[in-house]
Amino acid sequence: MDHEPAFFETSPKPGVVGMPLNRVDGRDKVMGKAKYSAEYPLPGLVYGVLKTSAIAKGRVQSIDTSLAMKEPGVLQILTHLNLPKLAKTPNDPEGKKAIGAPMGFLPLTSDVIYYAGQPVALVVADTFERATQAAALIRVNYAAEAPIAAYTDKRAQIFNPEKIQDGKADGYTRRGDARAALAGAPIKMTAVYTHAINHHNPMEPGATTAIWEAPDRVTVYESTQGVTRTQKALSAYLGLPQDQVRVITKFLGGGFGCKGSCWPHTVLTVQAAKMVGRPVKLVLTRPQQFTSMGHREDQTQTLTLGASKEGKLLALIHEKTSTTSPWDNYAEANSKIINLLYECPTFESHYELGRANVMTSTFTRAPGEAPGSFAIESSMDDLAYQLGIDPIEIRLRNYAEKDPSTGQPWSSKSLRQCYARGAELFGWSKRNPKAGVTKNGRLLVGYGMATASYPVHNSQGTARVRLYADGHAVVQAGATDLGTGTYTVMTQVAADSLGLAPDKIRFELGDTKLPTAPNSGGSVAAGTVSSSVYMAAQDVWERLTKMAIKDPKSPLFKAKAEDVAMENGRLQLKKDASKGEDFKALMKRAGIDDIEGSGQGKYGSGYEAGQSAANASDAHKDEAGKHSMHSFGAHFCEVQVDPDLGTVRVTRWVSVHGAGRILNAKTARSQIIGGSIFGIGAALMEATARDPHYARYTNADLGDYHIPVNADIPDMTVEFIDEHDPYINAMGVKGIGEISMVGVSAAVANAVFHATGKRVRDLPITPDKILGTKSA
Amino acid sequence: MNNFSYLSTATAKDATAAVTGTKGAAFIAGGTTVLDLMKLNVENHAELVDINMVPFKGIEQTAEGLRIGALERMSDVGEHPLVVQNYPMISQALLQAASPQLRNMASIGGNLLQRTRCGYFRDVAFPCNKRQPGSGCPAQEGENRGLAILGGSKDCIATHPGDLGVALAALDAVLLLENAKGKQRRVPLVDFHVVPGSTPQRETVLEPGELIVSVTIPAAAHAKKSMYLKVRDRASYAFALASAAVGLDVQGGQIRSARVALGGVGTKPWRSLAAEKILTGAPATEATFRAAAAAAVRDAQPREQNRFKVELAQNTLVRALLELSAA
Repeated sequence: MDHEPAFFETSPKPGVVGMPLNRVDGRDKVMGKAKYSAEYPLPGLVYGVLKTSAIAKGRVQSIDTSLAMKEPGVLQILTHLNLPKLAKTPNDPEGKKAIGAPMGFLPLTSDVIYYAGQPVALVVADTFERATQAAALIRVNYAAEAPIAAYTDKRAQIFNPEKIQDGKADGYTRRGDARAALAGAPIKMTAVYTHAINHHNPMEPGATTAIWEAPDRVTVYESTQGVTRTQKALSAYLGLPQDQVRVITKFLGGGFGCKGSCWPHTVLTVQAAKMVGRPVKLVLTRPQQFTSMGHREDQTQTLTLGASKEGKLLALIHEKTSTTSPWDNYAEANSKIINLLYECPTFESHYELGRANVMTSTFTRAPGEAPGSFAIESSMDDLAYQLGIDPIEIRLRNYAEKDPSTGQPWSSKSLRQCYARGAELFGWSKRNPKAGVTKNGRLLVGYGMATASYPVHNSQGTARVRLYADGHAVVQAGATDLGTGTYTVMTQVAADSLGLAPDKIRFELGDTKLPTAPNSGGSVAAGTVSSSVYMAAQDVWERLTKMAIKDPKSPLFKAKAEDVAMENGRLQLKKDASKGEDFKALMKRAGIDDIEGSGQGKYGSGYEAGQSAANASDAHKDEAGKHSMHSFGAHFCEVQVDPDLGTVRVTRWVSVHGAGRILNAKTARSQIIGGSIFGIGAALMEATARDPHYARYTNADLGDYHIPVNADIPDMTVEFIDEHDPYINAMGVKGIGEISMVGVSAAVANAVFHATGKRVRDLPITPDKILGTKSA
Repeated sequence: MNNFSYLSTATAKDATAAVTGTKGAAFIAGGTTVLDLMKLNVENHAELVDINMVPFKGIEQTAEGLRIGALERMSDVGEHPLVVQNYPMISQALLQAASPQLRNMASIGGNLLQRTRCGYFRDVAFPCNKRQPGSGCPAQEGENRGLAILGGSKDCIATHPGDLGVALAALDAVLLLENAKGKQRRVPLVDFHVVPGSTPQRETVLEPGELIVSVTIPAAAHAKKSMYLKVRDRASYAFALASAAVGLDVQGGQIRSARVALGGVGTKPWRSLAAEKILTGAPATEATFRAAAAAAVRDAQPREQNRFKVELAQNTLVRALLELSAA
């Protein structure tokens, strides 16, 4: 394209962007026609089943597959003894980087056992049942050693990493002299927060179907949040050019971060398919899901704040200790949100890691922001009660007019409106300022609120539009729909960008053969892909405009391109709408059936700075532009606590967010509701228990790892503040996948405090913690 | 899960003969427990003998009380008018258990045989005395938040997971059993389940090949005025942290008869005669209820993570008694 088009403005006549359009894929989903990655009945398909380690540390002394191999239908058993050699593995730093692997170890490349649940064999058989039976018949002799289960184990090696999150964030941050500021602060508070291990648990578990189309060409139907990232990983693993690896994900049953990377089972399945010469499908069992695709790590945060008597923050010091794997320095970067949420002149953060026999943890919806906000938003609530100031007022007194961590102005920030509207919808003014006094019969009633924020990360992607002269269009981008509505919102964006009705658009995604889109992660997908689609449509209009002004039969003959605008599928003069024509007429006259355009959408600071966002999703280089880019919001929660039985029920919920342009009122509302429920789960019930002696989970199923059920969730009120942000991308979309759960656990905990007068800083807030008799 | 053969039978005789005659055979009714445990390799049956066609059905009033066929489904029993009206505790226990889908499948007999949710039992990589006698019990010093405080031993503290059994224990229910020879015997519910002691692999008095035919619950004023209160980590579809099955016959403020059993805290459905003794003849006041609750947990032996259950069980029991006496 010759120039950057202007910021997307919907036409004066309302378009479909923003409207609550029903999901375009909804009917296929409820009819069972939407195919997920384990649902491709390929000819000759056989089944892979993992056998996982019974110990958490030691070695495989011997592995006897003879009995299993005798089972009818068994084709192959992969172990560390026969895994075909890979071009690269993540076992060394260079390989890990090339693959983009989330974990610095690939199972079946060694006899060493590092964590419970580590795959020790992969059985391939002609039926799932036979593969399962054979896996049970494999006899593994282990030389077991005593494992370390967590950083809390006295034997765990504790260290201060220079970098965390695979080098994406600093292990130490300092802004001003927080220690000195704290020493001089009239109010000093220190609080310790713990967070249980959480697992993503998407309804669709990890699943891979691999078929080698030729000796050097493979297609993989994969349950992933990003086909391109998986393609890159597999091409590095296999030593194949990227174009020889095709990855397809047409539908995804949730991801929440655990499908943001290419995990070991995927490449092992690809290798199994190579060995047996047939397509192989592998689906993780629910217990295997708990040790195959990462988790949110167990962690302790210590947050110290210094404040004036008026409640103005003077110093914040944040320390986090968490468990990581034997190879990687992974920790969620909790301190980022603490550094920028409020105006505070000084800040310091430290990370500590403890090595244990666990797999590497990974990004889990709002990684860092979710547990980090629990700490800062609980402490702000503390400060409000200590000073007798309303929790909203304490936040307004510390309102950050620019980003304290960078000094940059915000690209947009509607947090004041979020507080005000949320308070109004919730009825915050009815709150009794005293804790522990509002009752409903035997139940204690509490109101709590918390702030939410999530960054607009740097990202970019491309899209292609093919517009047909008969008024249809096919729009493509290799994006992923996690189930949140990408198919639907991109159809809306394409419809308005092309001046067509949504039912004239077919949006295709989830295939590396399509133009490259970023991972659906870090809340970047909606903004990046919608901008790409819009830019691709602009490219089509530019081409059509050029045709029109050169066509003597066109009313626009010899007009200047910059004077021509598109309105409802019509090319016309900006100043005289009567002079123009429908694109269909123009194309028919030119004798062309279709015309194609492509466009690149940039998202985040790269858009503002006009820079490439190459590797941006890895580097999170969010400071290239002049503005700091974030969504903001506020959650309001009412709980009713039974002080005798310890039960906490969320009885009312209000979330108000300012997140740029909202593409679809219905899917956006659903996504905020989903994220809030995710957060309520983390606040009240989600916890994976790891045995301290065996370093093995004891509740790795959905019967005992509790996530909210319908009965736990009240009607929820969701609103968005109208927000126009011209700096973040051509569509002005910030993305809402993650901000929806930031601050949620604090809002719940703050409501519990208001109800009971008891501050619970250990998530989840289960009945034992309300009763308070749980011994240390 | 291992491969297995499947046999459908229409009579108790055929079913028991098949199970006693085939090595590694087991009965299957609703399958909600046995298939779950087979998928986990906790149970490995060579053959499953389907008893769903065996006519152990019916929900009817008899001279001895309400008789429920062992193959009736949890949902049908929980919603049956005779149960709702005369034994509300049983209806509530059933309908607060599991999920609608599971209740539609699970049978009454199978529910009483449901095995513990102890995470060490359910994962074959762990030692477990119940699964592998003599291998050890990591729960004693491990993740024992959900485990039993009553009826445990140094070898096992696995919680009885069910709700129905707790209600039946409270209401003096009697099970009718039938063995492979067609011989029938009656066993009170409270004697059906056994505490683990040094043989936690043995959970009931059921003998190999023996089937539960039916359960009979005597009619009583304390059955008609009864309730089941269940406290759990989420509002539905979770096992009890503590539950109380209580029945009261109160006249003029005095308790004429009382029935008390606790769930979620015992290695078996935990009938508390000590609590009933305190309640019987006493005024229906909170003080009485508190004293009864203290008696119910007097023998509790909590571990590190389940200490809260001592308080929670008492509070649950007191709340149930308060609500029931106020109703």
